[in-house]
Amino acid sequence: MSTQAISHALPHAGADDAHHGELSFWHKYVFSTDHKVIGIQYGITALLFLQFGFFLMMMMRWSIAYPGKPLPIMGHVLERVLGDVAAGGVISPALYNSFGAMHGTIMVFLGIVPLAFAAFGNFVVPLQIGAPDMAFPRINMASYQAYVVGGTIMLVSFFIPGGAAQAGWTSYSPLATSLNTNGQTFWIIAMVFLITSSLLGAVNFLATIIQLRAPGMTWMRLPFFVWSQFVTGFLLLLAFPPLEAAAIMQLMDKVAHTSFFLPTGLSINGGAHISGGGSPLLWQHLFWFLGHPEVYVLILPAMGIVCEIIANNTRKPIWGYKSLVYSALTIGFLSFIVWAHHMYMTGMGTKISTFFQTTTMIISIPSVIILTCLFLSLWGGSIRFNTPMLFSLAFLPMFGIGGLTGLPLGFNFSDLHLHDTYYVIAHFHYVVAPGTIFALFAGVYYWFPKMTGRMMSEFWGKVHFVGSLIFMNAIFQPMFAQGMAGMLRRMADGGANYSAASVPGAIGGLSPMIMHFNQTISIAAWCLGLAQIPFIINFFWSIKHGKPAGSDNPWHSTTLEWQTPTPPPHGNFTKPLIVHRGPYEYSVPGRDKDFTPQNEA
Amino acid sequence: MDIPYVTTPREDTGLFNAKLGIWLFLASEVMLFGALFSSYILLRVGAAPGAWPHGLLNIPLGMTNTIVLICSSITVVMAWASLKMKNFAHFKVYQAITLLCALTFVGIKSYEYHDKFTHYEIQLKDGKVVDGHILETKEDEYVVHGRYVDPEEQAKVTHAWQERAIPESEISVKKADVKYMENYGPWHSTYMAIYFTLTGLHALHVIGGALVIGFLWGPGSGMWKTDPERYTNRIEVSGLFWHFVDLVWIFLFPVLYLL
Repeated sequence: MSTQAISHALPHAGADDAHHGELSFWHKYVFSTDHKVIGIQYGITALLFLQFGFFLMMMMRWSIAYPGKPLPIMGHVLERVLGDVAAGGVISPALYNSFGAMHGTIMVFLGIVPLAFAAFGNFVVPLQIGAPDMAFPRINMASYQAYVVGGTIMLVSFFIPGGAAQAGWTSYSPLATSLNTNGQTFWIIAMVFLITSSLLGAVNFLATIIQLRAPGMTWMRLPFFVWSQFVTGFLLLLAFPPLEAAAIMQLMDKVAHTSFFLPTGLSINGGAHISGGGSPLLWQHLFWFLGHPEVYVLILPAMGIVCEIIANNTRKPIWGYKSLVYSALTIGFLSFIVWAHHMYMTGMGTKISTFFQTTTMIISIPSVIILTCLFLSLWGGSIRFNTPMLFSLAFLPMFGIGGLTGLPLGFNFSDLHLHDTYYVIAHFHYVVAPGTIFALFAGVYYWFPKMTGRMMSEFWGKVHFVGSLIFMNAIFQPMFAQGMAGMLRRMADGGANYSAASVPGAIGGLSPMIMHFNQTISIAAWCLGLAQIPFIINFFWSIKHGKPAGSDNPWHSTTLEWQTPTPPPHGNFTKPLIVHRGPYEYSVPGRDKDFTPQNEA
Repeated sequence: MDIPYVTTPREDTGLFNAKLGIWLFLASEVMLFGALFSSYILLRVGAAPGAWPHGLLNIPLGMTNTIVLICSSITVVMAWASLKMKNFAHFKVYQAITLLCALTFVGIKSYEYHDKFTHYEIQLKDGKVVDGHILETKEDEYVVHGRYVDPEEQAKVTHAWQERAIPESEISVKKADVKYMENYGPWHSTYMAIYFTLTGLHALHVIGGALVIGFLWGPGSGMWKTDPERYTNRIEVSGLFWHFVDLVWIFLFPVLYLL
């Protein structure tokens, strides 16, 4: 490869870039402005947060399965670290609520979004569009730093008197405001940092995709992954600020004793004077105005990853590229007008419910189009069943289950029964856990050789895959049954107290079978934890000792990230780049190999 | 490879990177303030009849601040235009005026805040309500410049000018007679809450914008010598933000002071 540097920018453009190869450790790995380093920083931090969020859940599952019994192993640790809330090693309901709120918050805002959007987006997008870096490298660094600060505040809140936020990741007022802990204040301040982080990231991604595409990289030649990140960027840019506004108002309620979300006549802890006149519904509207686009922030990058991997491993062009693009754009637009389907139970009125029920049904159409395109892409392909492909293939039915079980929640008549039950938990976890997280695993296995120059172990990858697939389903499938039987979520004892099953002859209680699922699900959750061990070892071991990738393009891929040295140097490309063709030209007749890179004439 | 389009516009978009960046950022800001304005509407529509207060703010002061900000928007453009015409001295003058305007705005705003924090609603034990500014706190009484609130008269008030027409005088209130008193801080009512939140957030934007403009005017102006084109772009980008901050106030003034 030619080492001649391309210089179609002005000489001063990259003053930061002047010191190739002579950076100190701190500048290279901690305060880096290189998009690839920042991507990896985001990736590792987010994976750690995912693991932490999962630990919280494993402890909660103990409380659900065996309420009131001391937690094995971790119980003493909890008691020593957190004090009375874990007296005797038993998870108290208050602690359970904290864990629940933080599990949701950490998984969504500190785990999946940073991994799906910031980590993969940072590492892959500039490479895929043929750019030397992100448009604003220093803002990129600031974005990561704001994320770390936000995450740290979130973690610190466990150790303050009263413990972390307890009002669920949705933080509904007035509950969130009236709980007697400063955890909620920490939560709000941490969220402001995370929102700032995602705002900086979103501006950067959008500017990069719009401005820094290589010559010849037209919009319809962008890999679908870039499109998915583009739409995600807009969702983050426009949906997060209303939550920031809501967070500011909730902070005012908490700190300056305003009544934005506190209705007239509300009495907090028997006395504090409030002016009243606020609206609890206002918080819910503002929260879900973010909350629903957020769902697509979680799923669109996953779809992008799966699309890349399926095209690569079926060795044929993706079916319906334009349909995919237009569907993603339609989803982006529609996701802003479906939010109140989370609020059918609030009494906001049947006319509003009808509107949001209609838009919700409409938004399922582009989602189904995307899934259909990906399924049809498999037809007639000579499929390679490597680890990334297995995860991607599993994504399709898993996301399908998650999506289809969402329809009864989107109709307000059936939602009345299912609202706030385990059915809802099963539904959205099918979307994000075996859905998005499988896609993220696929992405890790797929791009790992580009990041490190080494492959992850195929054998242990497949062990990881089989274990994850079995236990994910063993966890979430029974939850549908529990939910339909009427088991409510957010109960520290898994419904044992609430259930009338123990009362002979009572009507409407939960049957022993439904209650027994609490234990089988918990066991499956701990087994899922064990199934991640091969992944963790594989990931760190392969960085140094994995099988060498052998070439810059071990998967024989067409997209631009594979047409660079491995790992890509600062500035990414070593020779001028011109894009000649679309992203998925596999098995083009008349060519001597079965893939034609985008930059090949 | 260096990052392209840092200074020169990309042909098909007609923008250099930072200009696109600031427009995207402003889109996000529109959503932020949009959400707060929406909250204002929802709270006001949901308020009990007659509960939404009027006339609590000083309209001439608000008007002055509006004019001050509009002037600063003009000078910010003139500063950028001066740079385009390679006149650095004029730029310095215009941008100095911008900064002075920002300072004036924040000063007036602080005075208005102070005015509200000394403005009390005092409920007396005999059921009467005194509304006014505490001029002096003596050992056993407050000297208040204000009036006794007449519920019948108050119910007729639907516009700010009617509220201001009610005469005020000096009243002495015995501390022993006070049942409950509260100043017009954000905790007083949802109107004061949204007033302080909106104007406070806006004031933070004014201060932030002034800091950036001040940095580029002072320590950051060295770039004019090394890279005038990029420096001019920076002034343009910071100016776009300044216009946005100005525009938000243009909405805030009628919504909070006049309606």
